[in-house]
Amino acid sequence: MPPVRRRPAVLWVVTGLALSVLALASLGLGAVSIAPEAVLSALLGHGDELPMTIVRDLRLPRVALAMLVGCALGSSGAALQGTLRNALAEPYLLGVSGGAAVGAVVAISLGVSGVAVVPVAAFGGAICAVSLVLGLARAVGGMRDPRTLLMAGVIIGAFANAIILIVLADQSPEKVRGALWWMAGGVNDASWPRVAWLLAYVLPGMGMLVARGRVLDVLALGDDSAAALGTDVGRATRDIFLISALLAAASVAAAGLVGFVGLVVPNIARAFGIARHRSLIVTSALGGATLVLFADLLARTMRAPLELPLGAITALIGVPVFLSRLRRMR
Amino acid sequence: MSRGITLRFDAVSLAYARGGPPVVSDVSIAAPPAAMTAVVGPNGSGKSSLVRGVLGLMPQHSGRILAGEVDLLGATPRAMSRLVAVMPQRESLAFPMLVRDYVALGRSPFLRLWEATTDHDEELIRDAMERAEVQGFADRRTDELSGGEWQRVRLARAMAQDTPILLLDEPTTFLDIAHEMSTFETLAREARNGRTVILVSHTLTLVARFADQMVLMHAGSVAATGTPRDVMQASILESVYGWPLVVSHDPAVGAPTLVPLRRPTRAGPRGDAAR
Repeated sequence: MPPVRRRPAVLWVVTGLALSVLALASLGLGAVSIAPEAVLSALLGHGDELPMTIVRDLRLPRVALAMLVGCALGSSGAALQGTLRNALAEPYLLGVSGGAAVGAVVAISLGVSGVAVVPVAAFGGAICAVSLVLGLARAVGGMRDPRTLLMAGVIIGAFANAIILIVLADQSPEKVRGALWWMAGGVNDASWPRVAWLLAYVLPGMGMLVARGRVLDVLALGDDSAAALGTDVGRATRDIFLISALLAAASVAAAGLVGFVGLVVPNIARAFGIARHRSLIVTSALGGATLVLFADLLARTMRAPLELPLGAITALIGVPVFLSRLRRMR
Repeated sequence: MSRGITLRFDAVSLAYARGGPPVVSDVSIAAPPAAMTAVVGPNGSGKSSLVRGVLGLMPQHSGRILAGEVDLLGATPRAMSRLVAVMPQRESLAFPMLVRDYVALGRSPFLRLWEATTDHDEELIRDAMERAEVQGFADRRTDELSGGEWQRVRLARAMAQDTPILLLDEPTTFLDIAHEMSTFETLAREARNGRTVILVSHTLTLVARFADQMVLMHAGSVAATGTPRDVMQASILESVYGWPLVVSHDPAVGAPTLVPLRRPTRAGPRGDAAR
């Protein structure tokens, strides 16, 4: 067992450095390779026009979007695991992914091609699914019971899958391919407006979760102890659940389904001795940004010029890491 | 340290579901300040339901639970936790944390979302750890503690709340004799210093040595109340627990001592009760 860290600053600095190196590599590597000095010059607005355009207009929004998606999923996963007292909880288990996928697939099958419409439809689908999960859990009196919430999430997810299959049954192969590609996740459609849109969710969402760090510490003690420490357990659970779901839904809307980040990253942060949720949420956000950026770099470069689906890469990295954590937890 | 105030259950009835059978019926108890009140009784007699009633976790309730002048049945969880520090019967942490950080959570009822602990809070946390004698393992992880250490750490967290009333549900479960005695001595000291201490317990003999007042619960109602000598009567306890027993008096300290007897077997009068 690692010692619990009270001051995670060293870990944050190391993760920040890794993130900077990865960002520099992501800005320099691709169909056109750009040297690190040229990348820095382009970022500062100096040098040739072509590298400046590639770095600032094409690759920088992609790097920013990947980092924001990672921040949203990492912090959302850390908060959900604390609220549900379960290290196996993650946003996608709670219906967010299923709902978002239904929204996106319906939009694609209706022939909607605008880059702004599919994310909005996905966001709407995710919010509907989360509302259904909450409603279902409340109806059976289990708003405070993590098992009921997870079960409701699994049921709504299965229902969403059925809808997707029915909607795709009579669609053209192109539309089916488009829907599958969206579900596989990716930040290749990154643009500054999309970055700004996601930032508008991530900043306040993360702020609200960090503010609730102590509440999460208390909720992780169990219902009776949390109530003994003055927490309105039902209300606090619902608030954190909604904020986390909103963060995950925004990230799904911006980049499709990028799985395992919310599950794996908080567990890795805990393995490094981060125990208090305020620190855990910040560490998970930094770790999530690092993981998604690294996965996107692999997705772009492993079989260049072909781009691999980002969600598949995060799963390939996440599954072995999670299995090794699971083994140590035993 | 906070001065105690009376915790009064006034004709309280509690049920787990609307329209369901009451688990506590028309209970009236008063736990005065500067005294230790022990609530005892068989399993299922409603002791822990009274604690859950204080926590606001019983959906169906009537009557009043007064902490001083405040009715806890209508109070917010935060208002309740500033008056009563409750140590629930069971608690298992989902994720381990440092003992120091865990005890510090006792100050959370007094802090807003963004607010950090003040010097005053830190002093109360240190003081609670000293009084519960856990400062020696402040930097250990909660999952590295023995059962006895964990119970004392939980007690320290409740003390860090620095409330007028301390309410503990079976605080000595799983503890050996030394840890049991040490816990009761700590609680008796808290009562002597003016705090209202009320505890739910199954260890009648030990409770009778330390408590100023005992409340015996049976089937959701109060079966007897008074000093340990008033309540620890063989006839009363036998009818409530449904088991033959003898109450003697400890020659060393004079407190009532309970000795449960073995029942006679069908084959012959070999049980203690037949002797």
